[in-house]
Amino acid sequence: MTALRTLYEKLWDSHVVAELPGGDSLLYIDRHIVHEVSSPQAFVAMRESGRKLRRPETHLGVADHAVPTRTRGGEIPDPQARAQVAELEGNVAEFGVPYADLTGPEQGIVHVIGPETGFTLPGTTVVCGDSHTTTHGAFGALAFGIGASEQGTVMAAQALPQGKARTMKVELVGKRHPLIDAKDIALALIARIGAHGAVGHAVEYVGPAIAGMAMSERMTLCNMTIEAGSRMGMVAPDEVTFAYLKGRRLAPRGAAWEAATAYWRTLASDPGAAYDRIVTLDLDLIEPQVSWGTSPNQTLPIGAMVPSPAAIADASERRETEKALAYMGLEAGQPLSSVAIDHVFIGSCTNGRIEDLRAAARIAQGRKVADGVRAIVVPGSAATRALAEAEGLDHIFRDAGFEWRFAGCSMCVAMNEDRLAPGERCASTSNRNFEGRQGPGGRTHLMSPAMAAAAAVSGHLADVRDFA
Amino acid sequence: MPSTSSDKGPFKTVTGLAAAMREENIDTDIIFPARFLLITARSGLGEYAFHDRRFDAQGKEVPGFVLNSEQFREAPVIVAGANFGSGSSREQAVWALLGRGTRVVISSSFGEIFYSNCLRNGVLPILLPQDDVAALMEAAQSGAVFTADLETQELRVDGQGARTFSIPAERRMAMLNGWDETDQIINQYSPAIDAFEQGQRRVQPWLYQEEQDA
Ligand code: SF4
Repeated sequence: MTALRTLYEKLWDSHVVAELPGGDSLLYIDRHIVHEVSSPQAFVAMRESGRKLRRPETHLGVADHAVPTRTRGGEIPDPQARAQVAELEGNVAEFGVPYADLTGPEQGIVHVIGPETGFTLPGTTVVCGDSHTTTHGAFGALAFGIGASEQGTVMAAQALPQGKARTMKVELVGKRHPLIDAKDIALALIARIGAHGAVGHAVEYVGPAIAGMAMSERMTLCNMTIEAGSRMGMVAPDEVTFAYLKGRRLAPRGAAWEAATAYWRTLASDPGAAYDRIVTLDLDLIEPQVSWGTSPNQTLPIGAMVPSPAAIADASERRETEKALAYMGLEAGQPLSSVAIDHVFIGSCTNGRIEDLRAAARIAQGRKVADGVRAIVVPGSAATRALAEAEGLDHIFRDAGFEWRFAGCSMCVAMNEDRLAPGERCASTSNRNFEGRQGPGGRTHLMSPAMAAAAAVSGHLADVRDFA
Repeated sequence: MPSTSSDKGPFKTVTGLAAAMREENIDTDIIFPARFLLITARSGLGEYAFHDRRFDAQGKEVPGFVLNSEQFREAPVIVAGANFGSGSSREQAVWALLGRGTRVVISSSFGEIFYSNCLRNGVLPILLPQDDVAALMEAAQSGAVFTADLETQELRVDGQGARTFSIPAERRMAMLNGWDETDQIINQYSPAIDAFEQGQRRVQPWLYQEEQDA
């Protein structure tokens, strides 16, 4: 009788190449996604050591972080960004890595195109030089972000030493309000357990609410898991997963599809398998969330007031709150819904998928972006953009006064021209509200796509339920 | 002494002053702002470490920031609040620390990717309980000299007893010897990797169908 195992433990066990003397394991890596910003140094290391990629076809290259989103094709205006994309293109050609061309139909944010192309599959290990690689865990994959040195190791050896994480089950119970998005659930969870509440743990999301969630929402949850400090978030693969993957370019076909789904069905955690930690979240109690501070755990329901440092007993939490309020330019006790905004950003690997754009468009339809607010919609991939256009979402957004952009990370990370000026405030569907994340001195409020659209048409943070 | 690069050099002990950063959640965007990620070099990044804390919008040094003070400008140790290095996977955060001469970072918790990036670049991340970190913060501010000894896994601080810390065994050996991890894996585990692939090919053959749509 074998021991009962969780999804994480099954994925782990099936990828151990060797146990290392000090207690870590050497894990086999099935998939590696490569983008222009984190990979140059890894390719330099490969070149300097004269190494070749062990299995070039298991890597996928794409430019997303630094690329302009106003136009596509033609010369990239920023010389540094242009050089970085050119370097990636040179590297993938030299090392034989499949590449999603910047002007091609499969370009997009690493964590959007991995799933869209079927490169991300259940039962695999997926790495990328990017912390939001957690996203791919939504498929029942063991997916985690790595640094550039580790990327070099994966390229050359197809394996990486790793320590085994503890396990944490996040159980979603109850029934959510129809306008409550996976983003609200993720933010509420982080507010509850803290920005380092899941450090050292592999998080698995379970519960009836998960079964009813589309892949896009599962990806949002897993994407945000790193904001609770965990390198890995995951959901067991099920019929929803299989329906999403079937027919994708890189997904198995025919007899291989049947064999693959049969294997994938064995990955779910065994009933009764033990976790090191269990957190239960009651969805009945979750309201639309907005972050008010400079760490994702500094999040409250939209109906709340900006917290008051004077009321906080813990000295370090009080300091953190004071610091955040000063940076964010907020007054203690001010209603969050009164906070006026300058910008709206709808996009990113958290919320740049078609379902996110639809949710935002439902609110934007027939309304206008408030005076003085600049709002951009940046699809997560070229395929998402094309689909949205086929559905007419671009018209809805444009008619409402939103800018309709090409795919990329854009204002999530402010590495292209899409960035806030110092002091500007943004309602954003991205994942990090760190100081300067959207541009030096910029102020970020994280929220769901529908909430961001509601803020756009209101000119201030607003409750999406008032637009139902 | 600030060292300019040294990812491959052996790490034995580091001795010097420690800069105290009380703040929690000093994320990788604070350590190395994203806009500098357009630079593809890995050396010479020291000037960007904590850039937006060290410099104001006019490029002038912010006087209150610890690394701008005469005393701690070249401190090789940083004692930081919880969740240091959280956020992104950017290894530039570690290269920038190295570039300004930081060889040891002490906190009660670290971003996990940052933690492993440190170990691969000869920066020693020392994890200690919160109370210890608080005491070390005081010692750092009063100018105590810190010695981090990787051999014995001991942190010795003037006027305080030695504290032990622990670093995963392989990583410790690699750091002590200045070994390259990729070389080590290829040299020691290539046969095991071959064998793993043969086994996986039987269980998940679809992962080896290179040309799905041919
Ligand atoms: S959208 Fe933002 S979080 Fe996602 S990969 Fe791009 S920069 Fe990273």
